[in-house]
Amino acid sequence: MARVLLNIPRTARKGEVIAIRTLIQHVMETGYRPGADGEVLPRDIIRRFTASFEGEEVFAADLSPAIAANPFLSFTMVASTTGTLVLRWQGDKGFDQTETREIMVTG
Amino acid sequence: MKIARRALAGLVAAPVLARVARAQAAPAVVVIGGGFGGASCAQALRRHGLVVTLVEPNATYTACPFSNAVIAGLRSMEQQRFGYDGARAQGITVVHQAATGIDAAARQVTLGDGSRLAYDRLVLSPGIALRFDALEGYDEAAAATLPHAWQAGPQTELLHRQLEAMEDGGTVVMAVPANPYRCPPGPYERASLIAWYLKTKKPRSKLLVLDAKDSFSKQRLFEAGWAALYPGLLEYVPLSGGGRATGVDVAGRAVVTEFGSQAGAVVNVIPPQRAGAIAQMAGAADRSGWCPTDPTSFESRLLPGVHVIGDACIAGAMPKSAFSANAQARVCADAIALLLRGAPVPEPRLLNTCYSLVAPDYGISVAGVYRPAGGVLADIPGAGGISPLEAPPATRAAEAAYAEDWFETITADAFG
Repeated sequence: MARVLLNIPRTARKGEVIAIRTLIQHVMETGYRPGADGEVLPRDIIRRFTASFEGEEVFAADLSPAIAANPFLSFTMVASTTGTLVLRWQGDKGFDQTETREIMVTG
Repeated sequence: MKIARRALAGLVAAPVLARVARAQAAPAVVVIGGGFGGASCAQALRRHGLVVTLVEPNATYTACPFSNAVIAGLRSMEQQRFGYDGARAQGITVVHQAATGIDAAARQVTLGDGSRLAYDRLVLSPGIALRFDALEGYDEAAAATLPHAWQAGPQTELLHRQLEAMEDGGTVVMAVPANPYRCPPGPYERASLIAWYLKTKKPRSKLLVLDAKDSFSKQRLFEAGWAALYPGLLEYVPLSGGGRATGVDVAGRAVVTEFGSQAGAVVNVIPPQRAGAIAQMAGAADRSGWCPTDPTSFESRLLPGVHVIGDACIAGAMPKSAFSANAQARVCADAIALLLRGAPVPEPRLLNTCYSLVAPDYGISVAGVYRPAGGVLADIPGAGGISPLEAPPATRAAEAAYAEDWFETITADAFG
């Protein structure tokens, strides 16, 4: 499991715009770089990130080899109702990691 | 160091200048900023027989190198202070005024008292300005509570007093900026010496270092030293661990990061930086906040006739250090002497060495040699060197002593 850092509000007012910050520790190996033995290191990147709230996709990103290691992604969404935010990173070598957080919406 | 720099000066040496066998007055050069860059450059220009005016608001200069030792109580502030009597004795006119304006077209500098100085060539060595707009909540007033201590002086003493006043068992939090900034290994030397202070005086305390980057100067050497000397005391959090500071909470004495907040009994915030105020005012700095220069003459790419040296300039691979400023000062002075005669300026080689203390008797160093390539200063591969990762205590102790020798040599060169 890769280490993930998240900054997600636990509570929000209905209709409030909330910021979601994520960082996942990942090498993001480009596939163009030779290793110590001169052989090109195989590509190993996160290819897609998705954020779903109560089953509905609210944000997604396609990542490319030019993106640096340990990708930091930040986005905003509108807090409409109390529910579960599911964050998912998928990539090369079968990489697939999911984190979930509850967001309580009041008012 | 003396030998190394002399050899270097030989590489860039201009043909000996005729000491003014001319009817008209010798050309006038104004140098703004009396730090390692400006003071060294003024002396080097004077040695070329030029009429030199050094503009520096303070009567005394407080040196940053070794100021981390002051913070840790290893050294007195007095040992960091230098005056300009040496410069005056060389025949340099020292004006204790702030430069408030530069008219590059008219070749004039305006001073704080409204008077003006005309120049044939101008050297800017304004050092850094701290960006009090970069971290939310961290302005000049906040620095009175959460010191930066990144410009030596009262801030250095404040951080030292706060460490002394802290109870054993407290947490010290440091925030370190992303590149570029003054003295790349400086924050890690500071972390080392604060850790040493805590270990010897307040052993139940902790130091948390929050960094806005994942790698840094002499990293493996520092980390090996920390593991050996300060295990369990010093915790390092890189960018990928959520270490980037985005703001501060002054009332809560905390550093706010992208993923949380870290409070401390003592909080040292090193904010992002840019070239000193006069460089911004004059238009010598670009959007990065730093000053693009020609790597052969250090002439500004934005203001003809104006040269920028030291921390304020964009020097490519060359780090922002006192040693770099001193090396650039000499190259710049030689270039100015040649340009004033209409002579071509040879391609220079510049040397930098950075010593850091991991403990009072544990020194490490990195050296580099630089030359112009592709419009910037580039590192010459294989020409520099770094302390070995494995070395006996005697080697580390010798390097700590070399660091002190270096400081004596460079301050003697800059301040006479």
